[in-house]
Amino acid sequence: MAKKIGEVILEVKNISLSFGGVKALTDISFDVREHEIRSIIGPNGAGKSSMLNCINGVYQPQQGEITFRGQHFKHMNSRQVAEMGVARTFQNLALFKGMSVLDNIMTGRNLHMKSNLFLQALRDPWGWGPADREEFAQREKVERIIDFLEIQAYRKTPVGRLPYGLQKRVDLGRALAMEPTVLLLDEPMAGMNVEEKQDMCRFILDVNDEFGTTIVLIEHDMGVVMDISDRVVVLDYGKKIGDGEPDAVRQNEDVIRAYLGTSH
Amino acid sequence: MGFLIETVFGGLMTGMLYSLIALGFVLIYKASGVFNFAQGAMVLFAALAMARFAEWIPQWTGISNPIAANVLGFAAAFAVMIAVAWLIERLALSKLVNQEGITLLMATLGITYFLEGAGQMLFGSDIYKIDVGMPKDPIFLFEKAFEGGVLVNKEDLYAALIAAAMVALLALFFQKTATGRALRAVADDHQAAQSIGIPLSTIWVIVWSVAGFVALVAGIIWGSKLGVQFSLSLVALKALPVVILGGLTSVPGAIIGGLLIGVGEKVSEVYLGPLLGGGIEIWFAYVLALMFLLVRPQGLFGEKIIDRV
Repeated sequence: MAKKIGEVILEVKNISLSFGGVKALTDISFDVREHEIRSIIGPNGAGKSSMLNCINGVYQPQQGEITFRGQHFKHMNSRQVAEMGVARTFQNLALFKGMSVLDNIMTGRNLHMKSNLFLQALRDPWGWGPADREEFAQREKVERIIDFLEIQAYRKTPVGRLPYGLQKRVDLGRALAMEPTVLLLDEPMAGMNVEEKQDMCRFILDVNDEFGTTIVLIEHDMGVVMDISDRVVVLDYGKKIGDGEPDAVRQNEDVIRAYLGTSH
Repeated sequence: MGFLIETVFGGLMTGMLYSLIALGFVLIYKASGVFNFAQGAMVLFAALAMARFAEWIPQWTGISNPIAANVLGFAAAFAVMIAVAWLIERLALSKLVNQEGITLLMATLGITYFLEGAGQMLFGSDIYKIDVGMPKDPIFLFEKAFEGGVLVNKEDLYAALIAAAMVALLALFFQKTATGRALRAVADDHQAAQSIGIPLSTIWVIVWSVAGFVALVAGIIWGSKLGVQFSLSLVALKALPVVILGGLTSVPGAIIGGLLIGVGEKVSEVYLGPLLGGGIEIWFAYVLALMFLLVRPQGLFGEKIIDRV
C-alpha cells in the first residue's frame, strides 16, 4: 500500500511546559506530515498527554510555538483549535454520559451547523424550518459514521450504559463527526482487551486510509504503535529521546533503556 | 369530599408556580453546574421590569391599547433579562471557569444582592401592579357530583396552564433542538464540549436568558396575583425544598417536586393545621425536604453520585 504522505502540516517547536516546579515537557520539537500516522510514545508520566493538551489548546506552554498549516497558535483555547480542524479523543472518556450514542456524535457536527443557535431553537416538529433540513443533512453524515464504526445497534442507548470498548468507539465517532484535518487520539487502546484493540487499530487505519485524516496517536503499548505508525516520537521524563520510523526507533539505545531499564 | 378536591386543586396550582421557579434553578444547574442563588432576585427584577415597562411604554409612545402595552412591556422586560444574562456571563462567570462550585455559589449570592439593589434603583421600590388581564372570578366545577361543586380560581387555573405549557416547551427545547443538545453536552462535560467546538460563553448566555425568561413568566404570574414587591425575591426560598425533593438535575423532578409540595402544604394546613395550631404552610415544605435529604439525598429523580474508590 503506497500511502501519499504530504507536506508538514503541524509543527511543534521547542515546547517547554511546567506546572509550578514540575517540568512536564522540556524543549520538545517534532513535525507531523499530512496523511501520516504519527505516534507519541513513552512510559507513564513521560509527558505524552501534556504534549497532546498543548496541541489541543488545553495547556498553554511557557516556551516554544506550535504551527498548524502555517498558522501559529499561541493563546488559543480548545474551541478555537477545534474550529481550525483539529479534533481529539480523551484518555479518560469524556463523553456526554446522559445522552444517546446518536446525540453524542451529533454534537460533533456542531461546528458544521450553519443556522445559528437562536434559529435552531425555532425548530418545528413538522420539519419545515431551515434548521430542520439542516438537522436531517447532518444526521445523514452521522449515520455514515455510525455505520463505519459498526455501532448501529447502540444508536439510541445512553453511552453511560455501554461497555468501555464501545464508549471509546463513540468517543472516536464524535471526533470524526467534526471531519477534522488532524485527529488527536489520547490512548485509544488503553484498558482494552486484545480483540477490542485489533478493532480499534482497524478503525484508525481505515480513517487514515479512507478519509486521509492525519492522525497523532498517543500510546504506551509499544507493539500496537510500531505496527500502525508511519513515524514515532519517544518521550521520557518530558524530554524527546527518539524520533523516526518504527524500526529505527526500536533499535535506539535510549528508547530501550527507557522501556526496559538499564542494567548496572 | 368536594372540599378535599378543592384543597388539592388549590395545592396543585400553587405547586405549578413553585415548579416554574424550581425549573429556573434546575436549568442553570444542569448547564453550568452553578447553584443559582439569584433565581429569586431574577424573578423580582423581571417582574419589576415588566410592571414598569408596561406602565412607561404607553406614556412614552402614546399607545393606549392595554394588550399592546403588555406585549411591548413583556418584550422589553425579556430584552432586559437577556442583557442581564450577558452581563452575568461577561463580568462574573467567564472569570470563574473551572472554579469550585462553592465559589460560583458565592458569586450568585453577590448577583442576588446586586439585582435586588439595581432592580429597585432602576424601577423603584414601591408595590406595583401587573395587570395582564387574568380573570379574577372563581368558577365552580363538578357541581353535579358534589354539593356546592368545587370552587376553582380562574386566575390560578390559567396560571397553572401557562406554567405547564412553559414546562412542556422547555422539555422540547432541551430534547429536540441542536441548541438543547449543545446545552446538555456542556452540562455533562465542559472540557469535551469545548474540544468539539461548542462555545461555552454563548451557551451560558443562552441558559441564563432562558432562566431569565422563566423568571419573567413566574414573576408576572406571582406579580399579578400578589403585586410586584420585594417579597417576590423570597418566593424563591419556597423553590429550594422543591429542588431538593425533585433533584437538582431533573426537569421532571422540579415539576413533580413542586406539585407534591404545593399539595402537601395545602392539605396539611387544612387537615393538620387545626391540631398543631396552624401556620403549617410556612414550614411544611422545609420539613418535607429535610426528610427527603435523610432518605434520598439526591432527590426523587436526581442522579445518584457514585464515586469510584
